[in-house]
Amino acid sequence: MSPTRRQRARLGFQLPMALGLTVIWILLWGHFGLLEVVGGFLVATVVLRVFPLPPVQFDGTIRPLPFVKLVAQFVYDLVTASIQVVRIALTFGKQPMNAIIKVPLHARSDLYLTFTAELSSLVPGGLLLEVSREESTLYLHVIGVRSEADVDAARARVLRQERRLMEAIASKDELAAYRARAQGSLA
Amino acid sequence: MTVVVWICAAMLGVAALLTLLRMALGPTTLNRTVAMDTFVAILVAGLGVGAAYTRSTTSIPIIVVLSLVGFVGSVSVARFVGREGKGGTLEGESS
Amino acid sequence: MTWSAFSDVASAVCLLAGSFLALTAAIGLVRFPDLFTRMHAATKPQVLGLLLILGGVAFRVRDAGDLGMLAIVAIFQLLTAPVSAHMVGRAAYRTTTVRQDLLLTDELADPDTR
Repeated sequence: MSPTRRQRARLGFQLPMALGLTVIWILLWGHFGLLEVVGGFLVATVVLRVFPLPPVQFDGTIRPLPFVKLVAQFVYDLVTASIQVVRIALTFGKQPMNAIIKVPLHARSDLYLTFTAELSSLVPGGLLLEVSREESTLYLHVIGVRSEADVDAARARVLRQERRLMEAIASKDELAAYRARAQGSLA
Repeated sequence: MTVVVWICAAMLGVAALLTLLRMALGPTTLNRTVAMDTFVAILVAGLGVGAAYTRSTTSIPIIVVLSLVGFVGSVSVARFVGREGKGGTLEGESS
Repeated sequence: MTWSAFSDVASAVCLLAGSFLALTAAIGLVRFPDLFTRMHAATKPQVLGLLLILGGVAFRVRDAGDLGMLAIVAIFQLLTAPVSAHMVGRAAYRTTTVRQDLLLTDELADPDTR
């Protein structure tokens, strides 16, 4: 990787990052004014200078419709996951069976790996134990598993989560590459 | 609204006692960390119920700070324990 | 039904549901047999419960600045809960003996899948 490209990737990510931090600063003060905007931007710049983040490549686009689908499905999953845990917690007598499953993902990017991991931690049956960055593989702990079929269902759910995420924010090239890999693993 | 708030307070109080029980029982540092995390969340919930009841917003900054402190706390404990390795001194009996 | 009455009812429903979820999270924390299942209880109902409580507060306060702060807490909660759960889970898997009798399969322990 040439240093210029690396630097550009870093700069491209720094500005939205600084703006995001400024927004958080304004929200923390709970008041919108010139002082908050300028002060927040200064603090954000200093923070990003002192603690620089490793460059993250993101050249995807947000597609509105799949993005709404991703968020809606996430909210639905969060609610069903909570209901499932509530049911297990309030059922007397038998203890839940669990499993630790391995889910090889198809996307090859730290960013998408992170997002998928974050999202799957809150959906039914998901507690991230270990991530293998080289192989893009997640290891999850799943609660309330009764049979091998449930294990496969949990795995399929994480993969569907990944597909929704890629459809929502990945760039065209990344999506095509991802689809090719997903097709290959199915065959 | 008052009845609702009392019911909420009762549920949150029982929940806080239960997490304290788990914190006392342990058996490992990580179990206590998880319990502490939940306890902070219940504290935040309690402050939230109070803020909703009185419509006063003075406790909202405290909610912000607590929700951040809980996160930093559990992550640093997890890192600390993770470095001890298998059979470290922190474990006590196995869960 | 006026807007203020409606928002009070919505707030009450959110607060009750959120408190109930916090209570079940605590019950799960005490009842579940091992650390991983306890963490399931401590992450999912707890996050949703907190979000509901914040929603309940948002229905009662009107000031835009306070709504912003509540939004920040909600966003932080959604971002940090999975991260801290992952950190604790990883430390737990590496340091403690996992109770295999509660597991149907353990694909992480399998040497050839690692």
